[in-house]
Amino acid sequence: MSETPTPPNGRRVIHLDGSVDLEHTPDIRDVLLNAVALGGDVLVDLSAVTYIDSSGIACLIEALHEAREQGADLGLVSVSTQAMRVLKLARLDMVFPIHADLASATRALARA
Amino acid sequence: MTGPATPLAADQGTREPIAELRVPARIDHLKLIRAGVEVAARMCGFDWLETQDVVLAVDEACQNIIVHGYRRDESGEIVINLYRCDDGLRTELRDTAPRVDPDLVRPRALGDVRPGKLGSHFMRTIMDEVEFRAAPGGGNILEMHKRRSDIP
Repeated sequence: MSETPTPPNGRRVIHLDGSVDLEHTPDIRDVLLNAVALGGDVLVDLSAVTYIDSSGIACLIEALHEAREQGADLGLVSVSTQAMRVLKLARLDMVFPIHADLASATRALARA
Repeated sequence: MTGPATPLAADQGTREPIAELRVPARIDHLKLIRAGVEVAARMCGFDWLETQDVVLAVDEACQNIIVHGYRRDESGEIVINLYRCDDGLRTELRDTAPRVDPDLVRPRALGDVRPGKLGSHFMRTIMDEVEFRAAPGGGNILEMHKRRSDIP
């Protein structure tokens, strides 16, 4: 898990990797909510996520709600096959803004 | 919790034991369970995507046992029996936690976009059969069955 040091266009980018599971979601939740609390849109790169469970999805939902309460948004970028499968099982693939890559995410948020 | 349940449909055919996993009810041991279930699902002929689904369903069931059953008491144990069936994989999870009211682990309505109870939704969406019952002498048994999609 890491954060892009210099946010492009003021948008924070959080990179998640490996297993986003119950063992790791307490730390991931803190990172996501801290990023949202700093203000502005947040992008979460899921390209290196090899496993995600319900606790990981719950973290993303909570961060999305927090962002929108602040008038910002939270988008998912480069979602791995496994993560997309789970998002679809939860029927959340139409709830989160999902972007093919960071460039298209940045363009989409700039238009919003 | 109900009494002894009607046998799952999978019990009507043959089943071959693949493995029995006895794992401490600890969150940091879930990865061991996932690894074992993944191997078992591949042995039963599931493709990569279905294998990932089965792993998720069993993982969520074990999380429910750890969090709701044992209430994170790490002295508990989860016993997982994996069987190869004619048409797929059957799993049997046993614990010695207090009896679980199945209503407490029912999935929420998916239109309600908020954290919580997604695990039960995954279990019931992925697996073809999911059945809770009381274990003789105490504890709980959760049986789940997944059929291969390439078998008519």
